[in-house]
Amino acid sequence: MLTDESIVSLHSKLKSKQISSTDLLNECFAAIDTQNPKLNAFITQADRKELKKRAESTPLSHTLSGIPYVLKDAYLTKGLQTTAASNVLRGYIPQYDATLVEKLSQSGALLLGKTNQDAWGHGASSENSDFGPVKNPWDTTRVAGGSTGGVAAAISSGMSVFGIGEDTGGSIRNPAGWCGISGLKVTYGRVSRYGAIAYASSLDSMGPMAKSVEDLALILHTIAGVDAKDATSSPRTVPNYLTNLNSGIKGKVIGLPSEYFQEGIDPEIKRTILSAAKQFASLGGKIDESVSLPSLSYGVAIYYLLAPSETSSNLARYDGIRYGHDRSHFTTESIRRIMVGTFALSSGYYDAYYKRAQKARTLIIREYNQAFSKCDFILAPTSPTPPTKLGELISDPLKNMLADIFTVTVNTAGIPALVIPCGFTVSNLPIGIQLQGPMFSEELLFQAGHAYQQATNWHERHPNL
Amino acid sequence: MDVKHIAKLASLTLKPDEEDKLSKQFEESLKTIAVINDLDTTGIEPTSQVTGLTNVTREDVIDKSRILPQNLALSGANNTHNGYFVVPAILNAD
Repeated sequence: MLTDESIVSLHSKLKSKQISSTDLLNECFAAIDTQNPKLNAFITQADRKELKKRAESTPLSHTLSGIPYVLKDAYLTKGLQTTAASNVLRGYIPQYDATLVEKLSQSGALLLGKTNQDAWGHGASSENSDFGPVKNPWDTTRVAGGSTGGVAAAISSGMSVFGIGEDTGGSIRNPAGWCGISGLKVTYGRVSRYGAIAYASSLDSMGPMAKSVEDLALILHTIAGVDAKDATSSPRTVPNYLTNLNSGIKGKVIGLPSEYFQEGIDPEIKRTILSAAKQFASLGGKIDESVSLPSLSYGVAIYYLLAPSETSSNLARYDGIRYGHDRSHFTTESIRRIMVGTFALSSGYYDAYYKRAQKARTLIIREYNQAFSKCDFILAPTSPTPPTKLGELISDPLKNMLADIFTVTVNTAGIPALVIPCGFTVSNLPIGIQLQGPMFSEELLFQAGHAYQQATNWHERHPNL
Repeated sequence: MDVKHIAKLASLTLKPDEEDKLSKQFEESLKTIAVINDLDTTGIEPTSQVTGLTNVTREDVIDKSRILPQNLALSGANNTHNGYFVVPAILNAD
């Protein structure tokens, strides 16, 4: 299938006229028609006639020109329904594009549609959606992960070449791991948040999702950069992530904190991650098991105070007056988070809860700084369990919170993290490994992930569709 | 945990059968979160953002490309009147 190929390969075939953009689109349309009814990855599909017209008239001036992609339905797209998977915004048509949508549009990439997710980003399974759950292409009785489940399922099943997700506590990394694809949570501020429906403003990080690290590097180079419309976006120069992609990791010190491997992790996952760590060592990296993150076990508590507090504030704007529908349309999970946040910020409780969480945040940042003074990047599992069965997480608020245990501290610190496939369970469910690095270390994470993908082929496996 | 009071602060209406269920789940969530009290945060400054940036400003100049014309700004509203958004009444004529 064409959608199995890398973006660089597709671009070269398009340029040499071996294939046309329309061929690529048609393949995506066929995959969507067959797979989407089973997987429920899409909320809104773009008009196919319009897309074909655009495909025919798009010059191949950029590596992403003519390449079909999908967007988590948390990004504003002018003229195309945007819902954040909530009935509060059902029917909402934005009047402007998010900055990253504008950038991708300028590059000539072709938007196939808006994908399904946990409403407002509230979830780790894409079951908290008013548009039905997203199923896992590897086992449709299981979830695709969340909250960016729709993008992950679409890429994994060949419906799209790449996608853009959003990660506040693990929402790119969890579904990337559970669907067997590659995903990057960027350094906070690396990609503009303008036009992204906010979940927790100090934690939200955008990021590319695709089948390989090389693809991610290419996409990030296009969407990263300072934006006058986002005062939290970083003025730091965006490197060309492809230039040194093949540098490898000889001599790099790799932290392997024991705190990730204590209780609560599935034994198959633990075995697989440790085996992948050996592979990184064979590529020239030096494993250092003394690197420690002592406050890891507090990560969920800190995150589930900061994120709900910020979301209670961000979701206050949805009153159904200027757009959307009234607040009676919020789902139970979102109501729960809004209320925990409201409580944590309320008079008499603010110091004990929210302010305390902000202080704990400083501790997490310090611990990561300490860790990175000893190592270049950290290896960790992505999820404590394989993909769950439909209904398992959404029915258990506590289990739902703990699903994020290995991903939340990354957002708290603001650092980047890459997830790539590193193996499978005996029942053929994907397992993803997480690479965490210091602020703005995307280049290094790509080098490490790419070196691993040159030496292994987990990322080339496909679900039995 | 006065679930009714918090719901009012957050402008949320809870259905009667939801109140009990939410109250219980709320208590459970708070128990999980309460471990934060075990952390020693004495003398630690709170972090509110991780960018290290301060006072990011722009020139006080109008950027016409960022202005929505009135019709587009009103296009999403269920209730408009003479180019205005219509809001629910908050004062009763007593």
